[in-house]
Amino acid sequence: MAVSARSFDEMLGQRDAAAAPSAPTPPYEEYSRWFDAVDQALLEQKAADCERFFRRTGITFNVYGQTEAAERLIPFDIIPRIIAASEWRRLTRGIEQRVRAINAFIYDIYHRQEILRAGRIPKRLIAANDAFLPTMIGVDPPGGVYTHIVGVDIVRTGPDDFYVLEDNARTPSGVSYVLENRETMLQMFPELFARVRVREVGDYPVNLRRSLSACAPASAHHRAVVAVLTPGIFNSAYFEHAFLADQMGAELVEGSDLRVADGRVAMRTTQGFKPIDVLYRRVDDDYLDPLSFRPESTLGVPGVMDIYRAGGITIANAPGAGIADDKAIYSYMPEIVEFYTGEKAILKNVPTWRCAEPDALAYVLDNLAELVVKEVHGSGGYGMLVGPTSSAAEIEDFAQKLKTRPDNYIAQPTLALSTVPIFTKSGLAPRHVDLRPFVLVSPDRIDITPGGLTRVAMKEGSLVVNSSQGGGTKDTWVLEE
Amino acid sequence: MLGRTAGGLFWMFRYLERAENTARLIDAGHRIALTRASAAEDEWRSIAATAGVLDAFIAMHGEMSGSGVTDYLLAEPSNPSSVYASIKAARDNARLVRTALTREVWEAMNEAYLLLKDALAEPTLRSDLPETLSLVRHLAAQVRGAFYGTMLRNDIYSFCQAGAMIERADNTARILDVKYYVLLPSPALVGSRADNVQWDMILRAVSAQRSYRWLNGDVSSFGIAEFLIFDCRMPRSLAFCYDDLVTNLRRLENEYAIPAPSTALAVEADRQFNTETMEAVFSEGLHEFLVRFIAENGALASAIENDYRFYE
Repeated sequence: MAVSARSFDEMLGQRDAAAAPSAPTPPYEEYSRWFDAVDQALLEQKAADCERFFRRTGITFNVYGQTEAAERLIPFDIIPRIIAASEWRRLTRGIEQRVRAINAFIYDIYHRQEILRAGRIPKRLIAANDAFLPTMIGVDPPGGVYTHIVGVDIVRTGPDDFYVLEDNARTPSGVSYVLENRETMLQMFPELFARVRVREVGDYPVNLRRSLSACAPASAHHRAVVAVLTPGIFNSAYFEHAFLADQMGAELVEGSDLRVADGRVAMRTTQGFKPIDVLYRRVDDDYLDPLSFRPESTLGVPGVMDIYRAGGITIANAPGAGIADDKAIYSYMPEIVEFYTGEKAILKNVPTWRCAEPDALAYVLDNLAELVVKEVHGSGGYGMLVGPTSSAAEIEDFAQKLKTRPDNYIAQPTLALSTVPIFTKSGLAPRHVDLRPFVLVSPDRIDITPGGLTRVAMKEGSLVVNSSQGGGTKDTWVLEE
Repeated sequence: MLGRTAGGLFWMFRYLERAENTARLIDAGHRIALTRASAAEDEWRSIAATAGVLDAFIAMHGEMSGSGVTDYLLAEPSNPSSVYASIKAARDNARLVRTALTREVWEAMNEAYLLLKDALAEPTLRSDLPETLSLVRHLAAQVRGAFYGTMLRNDIYSFCQAGAMIERADNTARILDVKYYVLLPSPALVGSRADNVQWDMILRAVSAQRSYRWLNGDVSSFGIAEFLIFDCRMPRSLAFCYDDLVTNLRRLENEYAIPAPSTALAVEADRQFNTETMEAVFSEGLHEFLVRFIAENGALASAIENDYRFYE
């Protein structure tokens, strides 16, 4: 596919099909010296070892709609994705600014709605949005934090060009891979870490616990009782839920372990019911409380929303926070950042056509073959069209869907995503990547884990990096200053 | 600890124990089939009965055959006592309680499941059977080794150990019950060829043929029954299991500082192993004694579930 040929490769620089292999980019210099000297057969052996390592440790994910046989490994590639200290400094400034704005935006939406009054965002975008929870109006979450954990998806198109692809303000997943990928690399290539100084990521669970505890309600225990709420072992991210609970020293609970008693949410322990202060929930808003949302849900806790509104528990992320990561809202992020911080957004948005607008829809329909079209509420790479890699029939099919429900879609240009090589038996092969840094928000500070999750499309030319679509991951290195 | 977690630990170790016990039963049947072809069919029948699957097996296969029973006990997913189903259930429970296990225990359990899933995917060839069975024992030992070597001696440990001992006592009692008639004192049969086969099968099914001879010398029905019921040195005897159960249930009581009815039940049951004798068991009737024990053992398991809130 044409996209790869003009993509920026983060290890090899701007590639030109005709040119000879160039020198590595500065962040990769030391790594490349090591790589050139190491025996390729050994690397092949290490790559196979990694797979065994992941399988034995049970770092698998379940695929929706498939049976137990489908407990799969996410492919792991042994070539790290390396980010220079200066690049990371700029990214963190932009991420921090954006996350502050997102929290201020959610607070505003559930209180005075200044941004709507000022006419910067159309009212219907909020009022008619499923992610907007009227039950949250006027509620003040403990510590004033709505998005305790945020994943900001970033793509790169050139040496200095970073774009935010989307914000994940509900329950971003993948941080367990960040930690396990690093653990794997440390085991496989200890000598490499002696040569290249890479910033540590292993303190994420400690930071997560501190950050969640800092948001505990006033009624909390001296040492806040934190629990991770999982939908159960068949959930695609169960491994991560168990991993984080384990690493934080928190309980891993299911809805059936919890009940409301004496104005608190309590878990059934071997010694009776014990109140919880902070619930890090990994179930969606809809399933959180059958009394407030979906009545048939068995994944949540009946009555938890009443306790929450009365200040008896912290729920992370706050119910209704999803209003900030809707793809239609996304297109207004530059305005949102400016409105709440008074500054221009440091990180760029990808230009976005909102198909709900007739002019935009007409343009999108005329240019489907060059665009990426996404569902406003979609995730996981499902229900999207990548114009340049789709057949005429697929495009025609999608056009029909667009015309039927234009407000369900947004469109973006097909970005020439940067590549990082993956290791193959026939040598290094460039593949497209994105980056999801993980951000922890507490009342007094914002922590960003250096690096984040690098997802890589394992297929040549493919732009879809989602694990549910066959994408893999890489260890992400931020170099020490 | 969550009640559900306690239940997951208890059942993880019950299933792990069951997988190993089933493998031992198959091993016992296989030995007999190799050396005593004429007695084989009856032995497979009693092995299926010991595993509690005789009716289900007949319903599925119609007639008794060594290879049929072997496959049913090794790999049949619908048989909850098969090695495959037990290992899978043990590993599912381990996933459920992942946060309560050390990384070593989890990895050993996960690896046991992954390796056995592959090893049992094809019907096991007769010639591969000893190797497959030894793999089961080997992998179960790895989980247990990681467990003893890395887990804190706290409530987590006690729930695991209680699950293993309840299951083990149940298994030993079942083996004895299926064979109770060959252990009844009956001078006419003692020393006959048939008896030796039966006794060998019992001892092999609990991996005790060497230790019995080493400790007791002469093989006799009385001696075997006493060894498997009363001898505290024998790690699969009822007395040993209850000794360990009482220790762990008392630890739980002390740690939680709440009296639990289940502890009282276990203490009461354990006392009979210290005070009663084999003669008393024979006068009650060995079969009656074992039926009562199996029921009481089940009641104790339910009492533990209740006391520690495994379920809603």
